[in-house]
Amino acid sequence: MEQPYAIEMLNITKRFPGIVANDNITLQLKKGEIHALLGENGAGKSTLMSVLFGLYRPEEGTIKKNGQVVEIKDPNDANDLGIGMVHQHFKLVECFTVLDNIILGVEPCKNGLLQKAEAREKVMSLSNKYGLKVDPDALVEDITVGMQQRTEILKMLYRDNEILIFDEPTAVLTPQEIDELMDIMRGLKAEGKSILFITHKLNEIMAVADRCTVLRKGKYIGTVDVASSTKEELSKMMVGRDVDFVVHKEEAKPTDVILSVEGMTVASKTHANNAVKNVSFTVRGGEIVCIAGIDGNGQTELVYGLTGLEPIKEGKITLCGQDITHVSIRKRSTMGMSHIPEDRHKHGLVLDYTLEDNMVLQRYFEPQFVSSAGFLKRKAIREYAERLIEQYDVRSGQGPITIARSMSGGNQQKAIVAREIDRDPELLIAVQPTRGLDVGAIEYIHRQIVAQRDAGKGVLLVSLELDEVMALSDRILVMYEGEIVGELDPKTTTVEEMGLYMAGAKRKGA
Amino acid sequence: MKQNNSILRNKGVQSLLASLLCIFIGLVIGYLVLLVINPAGAWEAILTIIKNFFYYPSGPARMKYFGSTLVKTAPLLMCSLSVLFAYKVGLFNIGAAGQYVVGAGASLYCALGLQMPWFVCLIAGILAGAVLGGISGALKAYRNVNEVISCIMLNWISLYLVNALLSNVKESASPYTLTLSSTNPGAIIPSLGLGELFSNNQYVTIAIPLTVVVGVLIWVLLEKTKLGYELRATGYNKFAAKYCGMQEKRNIILTMVIAGGLAGFGAGTFFLTGFEQWQCTQSSVPAMGFNGIAAAFLGGLNPIGAIFSSYFIQHITNGGAYVDKTMYSAQISDLISSLIIYLCGFVLFFKTALTAWLDRRAERRAAQEKKGGEA
Amino acid sequence: MLLLIQYTIIFASVLILVALGGCFSEHSGVINIGLEGIMVMGALGGALMMKFAPAGLPAVGMIVLVVLAAVLLGMIYSLLLAVAAINFKADQTLVGTAMNLLATAAATVFVKAMNTAADSGNVSATIQYIEQKKAFLVNINGFEFNWFMLMALIALICSWVVLYRTRFGLRLMACGEHPQAADSVGINVYRMRYAGVLISGFLGGLGGIVYITAGVSEWKFEYGVAGFGFLALAVMIFGQWKPTRIALAALLFGLFRALGNVYTGFDVLKNLNLPSAVYNMLPYIVSLVVLAFTSQKSRAPKAEGIPYDKGMR
Repeated sequence: MEQPYAIEMLNITKRFPGIVANDNITLQLKKGEIHALLGENGAGKSTLMSVLFGLYRPEEGTIKKNGQVVEIKDPNDANDLGIGMVHQHFKLVECFTVLDNIILGVEPCKNGLLQKAEAREKVMSLSNKYGLKVDPDALVEDITVGMQQRTEILKMLYRDNEILIFDEPTAVLTPQEIDELMDIMRGLKAEGKSILFITHKLNEIMAVADRCTVLRKGKYIGTVDVASSTKEELSKMMVGRDVDFVVHKEEAKPTDVILSVEGMTVASKTHANNAVKNVSFTVRGGEIVCIAGIDGNGQTELVYGLTGLEPIKEGKITLCGQDITHVSIRKRSTMGMSHIPEDRHKHGLVLDYTLEDNMVLQRYFEPQFVSSAGFLKRKAIREYAERLIEQYDVRSGQGPITIARSMSGGNQQKAIVAREIDRDPELLIAVQPTRGLDVGAIEYIHRQIVAQRDAGKGVLLVSLELDEVMALSDRILVMYEGEIVGELDPKTTTVEEMGLYMAGAKRKGA
Repeated sequence: MKQNNSILRNKGVQSLLASLLCIFIGLVIGYLVLLVINPAGAWEAILTIIKNFFYYPSGPARMKYFGSTLVKTAPLLMCSLSVLFAYKVGLFNIGAAGQYVVGAGASLYCALGLQMPWFVCLIAGILAGAVLGGISGALKAYRNVNEVISCIMLNWISLYLVNALLSNVKESASPYTLTLSSTNPGAIIPSLGLGELFSNNQYVTIAIPLTVVVGVLIWVLLEKTKLGYELRATGYNKFAAKYCGMQEKRNIILTMVIAGGLAGFGAGTFFLTGFEQWQCTQSSVPAMGFNGIAAAFLGGLNPIGAIFSSYFIQHITNGGAYVDKTMYSAQISDLISSLIIYLCGFVLFFKTALTAWLDRRAERRAAQEKKGGEA
Repeated sequence: MLLLIQYTIIFASVLILVALGGCFSEHSGVINIGLEGIMVMGALGGALMMKFAPAGLPAVGMIVLVVLAAVLLGMIYSLLLAVAAINFKADQTLVGTAMNLLATAAATVFVKAMNTAADSGNVSATIQYIEQKKAFLVNINGFEFNWFMLMALIALICSWVVLYRTRFGLRLMACGEHPQAADSVGINVYRMRYAGVLISGFLGGLGGIVYITAGVSEWKFEYGVAGFGFLALAVMIFGQWKPTRIALAALLFGLFRALGNVYTGFDVLKNLNLPSAVYNMLPYIVSLVVLAFTSQKSRAPKAEGIPYDKGMR
């Protein structure tokens, strides 16, 4: 009798120091199906896939292919078994061409010399067969995220993989690109490939998956047929309770203009074009203005320009009526600009400092924390940190003297939010404040942001998550290729309309 | 048992253990090298290196040469402070050697050429080192030039420059500079009676306690002040430092200026004792600055630790001078101290491994206790 | 003039060899500050071989043996960096610095011990190779051709082919740019980095022996190689980690280094009456200036200097 399962992961347990990332998890992938793996951040999805891909060795459990027990010690073994993976963060060498990236690791060679013509032929025929348009000679750093993803898919197909893993593939795509990806996945399934699709987005599962396995906090919750299930049921399995998709907030009562940006242009670090092109907008007190868009359309540089991390080429920035175009970062901050940065490890924290030292990162120079002779007032710093920890419920091993590096991502982010909000700013700039956090922390941070708005502060929120944009914002500005291409009202717009703007298919006045 | 566990987890204890291990392995390898060269005298030679001034049988002679070791420890300590200060801010100041050279050049020229009093010469040394450090800092801050490479280039440039400068004040018959005692006794750092404590070693001056004070001051600066908070933050994460409005470029330059000043000061504290004259034909950069790297890392990158590690490095370097020259060369000490620097590269690994081992042990214990509780 | 060209080419050969060595190491992701020390070790190996090679050995034999000794010692010594940086995740700058100091100290101790053993009155760290050196030279109409020049050219061509036309080169560069990506397609990052460092040991060692035979017939090992390893690093940065540009940069730097040896032969320069110190400083000053103008948009391999940890991906 033929084996129905392409891959079975039976009773997998994987421990890391301090936590059990996978606790007795079983996952069975049928041949020719699209199988979703659903769970929150930190539920253990990525660990499980890393086990399957040979990046980690599990402490317990077995893996079977076509009913035979197999051992996967490294990615080579996985590849030999026909398992391929599109990683969440693409594993592409940026200064290589698309072709070089596809053949890396399985290069066709004659006498030690690369035979690229041969490889190109195979890549192009695969590209045509599955409708995966790529330019084989372009450098990866020059192509769109969508094309990078197609390159990753071609990498798997070039290796004749039968089992394809997609790790959160839609996070970086526009709604239209997501639809395209869904079509590609269906096409692959029609060709007999088996697909594992890791996600935490229910709509996508409903759209494309046949079955769905749910994990929560490292544990196996269950496997269901998608056709006979509902979004609500799946989300309850994922979170363990009913989730409230709506953020409760009153009608916005905008007051005076707090931030005004006129004709701002910021140069790009990576290419010759400007990253932000002639952008103008305002943020008023008591409203949440959200910058929506696909990652890499100038949002990061826009924030750098506003906060002073990068100089701007042209334009004028006004904060509470004062021109801050050429003002230092420190001055902007003391004038009432708070900034929850996009990358909490790069910008937000000094990871090797204690929690208390991180808590005063924006205020250590104030007279309450430093004497006139330049000595730090340790006692005052301790008391301040203890108050913030208490008030904002920041959990850590040793309280104020915990090294920030040892804290969980959610608590690190809470510490930053506490630090930035407690300064009582006029303007709060929050960039992807909930990235990589679990539902509890997300809800908490959303409440804090709304509370700032209700206290009459201006909030500029940059987010890639459409659900977050829709739930929180009072006005939506969509960025595409460095320009603001549309202003939308969350009460009247739809995700689909926003997607058209984000993809550049539609723009205001056009 | 819990107690024991926490002691081994203490960062300071881990650093101390790691440093002792580095010293031990360094000495063992040094001994093996001696064995290979000439098995007959190896044990005696390694003992000689470790004994240093105990080589002399009489108490007063020992005191005197202990004093001489201290005289050379002072500049080494300053160089190691220079290296570790920069390292705290994320910069590798291999240029301490060159900053030491220009410090020597400036202080000696002020003393011999311009007939200045000692404190002016000392300040000139500090300034010269600071300027050289500042150049590396500015190149790093404004032109993104890797400080290691710019420092090396500046080391050589300073050497040739100082050789040329000091040729103006050298003895006519030798490649050495004029002696301070004959040319300008006022440029000699006062001893204030310290020399008498060391069997009238005239080279033991107030420079020695002064450098220890500087070591303590650097510790205070780094750990207790706003500037130290900023500099360490920049060293750990320059992006976060910029994010919260610290002036990264200014801090990089300031750090290198201070580091350079420290090395320049070190040169002054040494050459203004008259202990040694500058050789105007020397064609390699003096090892003092490089040994500073060894001392800095061996001292666990802690200014107080540097005081002890500097003494140790100088102790064995001086000891090397006493080995039997018919069998071995004095550079055996350089070999040992460079081995120690190399081994310092493994300290991080050692600490991580130690912590991981403690974690595993604790976990096993916890599991056992749990089992015991259940049963 | 011919002399200037001759010196320029031979010094450029040294810089090309050593900078290419740095280039391989850095493309694999390991910063090799220790090139200076590797050069010293290569020089020591080559010098010893010259000293102890049987007299009357044909020139070809001498060349082969000396080169073998130099590259072998260079590669063995580079293992110190490989082990510390790749297996023990040590600070690569620190280890490289230690290697530079260690090489000079070890070479000095060793040569002194050897000299003293042969003649108890001789405590110098000098090795002479006046006669033996002639094996490397061919006089072509007053131009002293050195076989090492050809070797540098071959190394240059090979490096280009290896980096851009072979499987090995593609994989090596992937490890220096994005080791996680390389690992995910089954490339053994550790092994590739070992290869990169060993190649740098090979080329650095060869560069070392070329350097101490360029222009002089004896070498004092207390001097190390006078910062030449670092000049080669500057050449590599100036050359943007690309073999062809490295060759051009090496010629430029070689010219300035050569001026120091032969400036007295040029009336124009002689009449300037500059102290010799100026010419000695020139290559270092030039490299500082050049670095100041080229480091801004440097395209260093992205993952260089970052230890790769399999568990951290």
